[in-house]
Amino acid sequence: MTEEVIRLGPKKKSKFLDQVMAILPEGGNLNLCLTCGACSSGCPATGLDGLDPRKFLRMAALGMDDEILKSDWVWMCTMCQRCIYVCPMKIDIPQLVYNARGSWPREARPKGILGSCDMALKDESCSAMGASPEDFQFVVEDVLEEYRETQPEFGDMQAPIDKEGAEFFLNQNSREPVTEPDEMVPLWKILHIVGADWTYGSKGWGGENYCMFLADNEAWEHITRTAA
Amino acid sequence: MTFSVLAGLKKFNIPHQFEVKNIYEYYAKWIREKKLNVNSDWNKDLKIKFTVQDPCQIVRKSYGDPIAEDLRFVVKTVVGEENFIEMTPNRSNNYCCGGGGGFLQSGYKEARLEFGRLKDHQIQSTGANYCIAGCHNCHAQIHELSEHYGGGYHVVHLWTLICFALGILGENEREYLGPDLKDVAVYGA
Repeated sequence: MTEEVIRLGPKKKSKFLDQVMAILPEGGNLNLCLTCGACSSGCPATGLDGLDPRKFLRMAALGMDDEILKSDWVWMCTMCQRCIYVCPMKIDIPQLVYNARGSWPREARPKGILGSCDMALKDESCSAMGASPEDFQFVVEDVLEEYRETQPEFGDMQAPIDKEGAEFFLNQNSREPVTEPDEMVPLWKILHIVGADWTYGSKGWGGENYCMFLADNEAWEHITRTAA
Repeated sequence: MTFSVLAGLKKFNIPHQFEVKNIYEYYAKWIREKKLNVNSDWNKDLKIKFTVQDPCQIVRKSYGDPIAEDLRFVVKTVVGEENFIEMTPNRSNNYCCGGGGGFLQSGYKEARLEFGRLKDHQIQSTGANYCIAGCHNCHAQIHELSEHYGGGYHVVHLWTLICFALGILGENEREYLGPDLKDVAVYGA
């Protein structure tokens, strides 16, 4: 951030502030800041890139949209919402951060998040690690068979995919099927022991969603609809 | 459960005929209903200490303190109440670990580890050997924090501990257990 004194001219309109106030109930309370600093004092992102939640909100309130867009801080705030939790006025700063992320040109947003989102849009798995429905099915069946054979007590354990009428639809983070498939097994065992009627899905099984982090609304919506 | 599904259904008004739930609630229910006959006898003499991370997406942002209580009920049942140590602050007031919001993938590694300094300090202050992290982002970030700041604590999934306490955890299902538990109560051995 700049070390120069910032001179305030006549009040400018902030695009972010208007957008966020339009979509949130009661305007997201963005005008109600008492500048008490409770948000910033308990925020692990305070100080990163010279910013903190209170400063960020003041910048938006003063219409400093250009300066906001010049800072990488929006990618260092995890939108964890602790600032809302401690705020006496319940101001939704994370929504402001989300919209600021969305104002970056899509291709300029962090490559890792962008890549994971695009990977998930590739097919109906919606897996950020790019595992296809066929890959997923293969790994699940392969691991299940191995455990049924080597651990006889679990000889009739199930790990169904697309079972109709099941009571539970289980999301599976891609990390296990892709990099450490044995780690899927403990949960299967628990579900087996309690007699849960569950299933994975070949569509939308991927439990992670980087399109949300990317602030790509259209892609987030697509993934949620696929899962639903 | 997935926060993005819960929030996405609401945000985009997607019609659906199901509820989005988190499995902590079911673990607790199944233990109360005695479908999961789990206890902490294994840790009576070992006295290995555990703390728990309240994932922002599941606790503060979705189900609040009641799910944090379910999480504690499960953990205390499995490791023993006397072997469970709280981080401070906790539950809905807990600090984010720094793994969320895409931070793990965004490329700002130095900033991410600096963000996590607070979380690492919280965990080290408990003196626990293990941090239970039932969220993949938290799991990956806290694992890295332990290595980066030299805390030496291990990070485990909740399912690992439940199966461990049930005596049904095989030798290949122990990726995240430390050397103190790697060879204890191995199923099928």
